[in-house]
Amino acid sequence: MSYVLIIGATSDIAKATAREYAKHGFDLYLATRNIDQLNGFAKDIIIRNKIKVKQLELDILNYDSHRTFYNQLEEKPLVAISAVGYLGNQNKAQYDFDEAKKIVDTNYTGIVSLFNIIADDFEKRRSGFLIGISSVAGDRGRKSNYIYGSAKAAFTAYLSGLRNRLHSSLVHTITVKPGFVNTKMTEGMNLPARLTAQPEEVARDIYSAHLKRKNIIYTKWIWKWIMIVIKIIPEWKFKGMSI
Amino acid sequence: MSLTSWGMYPKTKNTVLKFDKEKTLKKIINDHNEIIPYGNGRSYGDSALSANIVNVKSKNYFLDFDEENGLLHVEAGVLLSEILEIFVPKGWFLKVTPGSKFVTVGGAIASDVHGKNHHIEGCFSECIKEFRIMLADGDIIICSKNETPELFQATCGGMGLTGIILSAKIYLKKIKSQYIDQITIKTKNLKETFEAFEKYSHMPYSVAWIDCLTKDDNIGKCLLTVGKFRDDGNLDYKKRKQLAVPFNFPNFILNSWTVRAFNMLYYGKAKNGVSKQTVDIETFFYPLDSVRCWNRIYGKNGFTQYQFILPKDVSYEGLKEILTVISNSRKGSFLAVLKLYGKANDNWLSFPIEGYSLALDFKIDKDLFSLLDTLDEIVVKYKGRIYLTKDARVSKNTFEKGYPHIETFRKYRKDNKMHKKFQSYQSERVGI
Repeated sequence: MSYVLIIGATSDIAKATAREYAKHGFDLYLATRNIDQLNGFAKDIIIRNKIKVKQLELDILNYDSHRTFYNQLEEKPLVAISAVGYLGNQNKAQYDFDEAKKIVDTNYTGIVSLFNIIADDFEKRRSGFLIGISSVAGDRGRKSNYIYGSAKAAFTAYLSGLRNRLHSSLVHTITVKPGFVNTKMTEGMNLPARLTAQPEEVARDIYSAHLKRKNIIYTKWIWKWIMIVIKIIPEWKFKGMSI
Repeated sequence: MSLTSWGMYPKTKNTVLKFDKEKTLKKIINDHNEIIPYGNGRSYGDSALSANIVNVKSKNYFLDFDEENGLLHVEAGVLLSEILEIFVPKGWFLKVTPGSKFVTVGGAIASDVHGKNHHIEGCFSECIKEFRIMLADGDIIICSKNETPELFQATCGGMGLTGIILSAKIYLKKIKSQYIDQITIKTKNLKETFEAFEKYSHMPYSVAWIDCLTKDDNIGKCLLTVGKFRDDGNLDYKKRKQLAVPFNFPNFILNSWTVRAFNMLYYGKAKNGVSKQTVDIETFFYPLDSVRCWNRIYGKNGFTQYQFILPKDVSYEGLKEILTVISNSRKGSFLAVLKLYGKANDNWLSFPIEGYSLALDFKIDKDLFSLLDTLDEIVVKYKGRIYLTKDARVSKNTFEKGYPHIETFRKYRKDNKMHKKFQSYQSERVGI
């Protein structure tokens, strides 16, 4: 069956998403910086589902390598999913520009570089799904993580532009905005259980958004309403708040 | 976020520790005491609860499968349900499965679980080739019955008190169908029930649902179901949609009247005497799994399962006495499961011995515990024992009397410095 390319395949959401697509019979390209890290995971997927899994090396920050990376794929994917994410350290990023740059480049610049290439190909072939995992953090900047949030906001805007551009070429773009998710990234944070999704839940939502050709999804769904509320708080009020 | 077990009782405060790499786990073990591994939270009481819980569920990779001999190598957090989804369509089934498929392989080993075929196939440990376990000093040992017999006997049924199981190689068995030919035998009293169990003991699978609110001559009336796999070649096994109980039911919903009504309907719908059906794996092995969060019907205070076993020669007398006490207490239990077990194995804390076991669910309320204490006395009198996997309240005294290898287990833990490192609230209570 068709290939799904998962970019940043070591993250918990990426792994859950890979399993979800594999369960439905899709073959997988798993792209990550250190492919050995995925040996066990890839074998697991092959035992669980009779599909093809290929592990590919990819450094999202090595922009020059992206064209070669994509060209090497003999069979081009039907779906490309970016699960790349780097939360970073907000405090550090405020005084250490290297940290700020790493957050912005990982969450935004790097994906733009790669998605540009994939989008061109999908556009030419007039098919494909581009799925970007952004974040609710991009909906409004907050003092606790606005560098990460601003990179995600840029990514959200980028996806919205892509969707607009590729619509006439029958290529579908989906923006995924997870709220809290129980992953390595959030380990040690005290997250409210009712608002926190498991990675498997995010994966199911992504797959279902693909089937239903949704444009923008929040996961858990309740985050859509939470963010509506957060967005309508007037700025004069919001600037004094700690949320 | 504190974890509870399936019974939602007791509710305790705990720290949940996760690990991705073995070296992280080693550090966790070095840095903490009072650690207990936790899989999918399907043991009922406090056996997987402690101050520090190591969550093993996320370690859930399938590592290898040998189609020649059915040897499956998985990490400890893999659920039995995942094994079924993948391997039933290929013609393989678990040699031994408990009544819920939502348990992890690690948990199945730690509880040395058993199923409807205990009288033929024994406990889960029978299908284990070997497992890897991290011990109190952070070392990893490959443990098997022949190479490391003591560690094997301590760990299978050892309630996670010897270390953290990381992965296991288990044998699956071949099946030719996802369907089971089932025979249902409706009995009128305990004597008939026992006779039916004996008569059908050649069947690979057997279990009885018993009505424990009946009195006098009707005590012990049951529906015994026995079965064996068909060989029609239909292996089209699909994951079923689950119904769900969306919230904790209010406390008053389950009372002796509603349970009595349920029992009447359930018993009444079966044909008199002996009847035959064809059922699928889900219906036969995992009827309760079809309702997600069924534990919520017992309300927010939770429930406990009381499961004991009595030696075969005194089972009839003992069960009659216990069922009379329960019936008089008017504390009904929806789920009352009776089963005839085969011979005990060598594992020090494995529950099964040759005899009859009864499992009962009770909603937690204020006079439940005195009833259970009374039942304990009868169990001890007949030289029976309590199943730790279901337990949240048994006393040290009652527990010890049922398990003759307890001192061996205690000494082994002490000698290997496991006794402070690995502890659950249950192990502290019963002093192991």
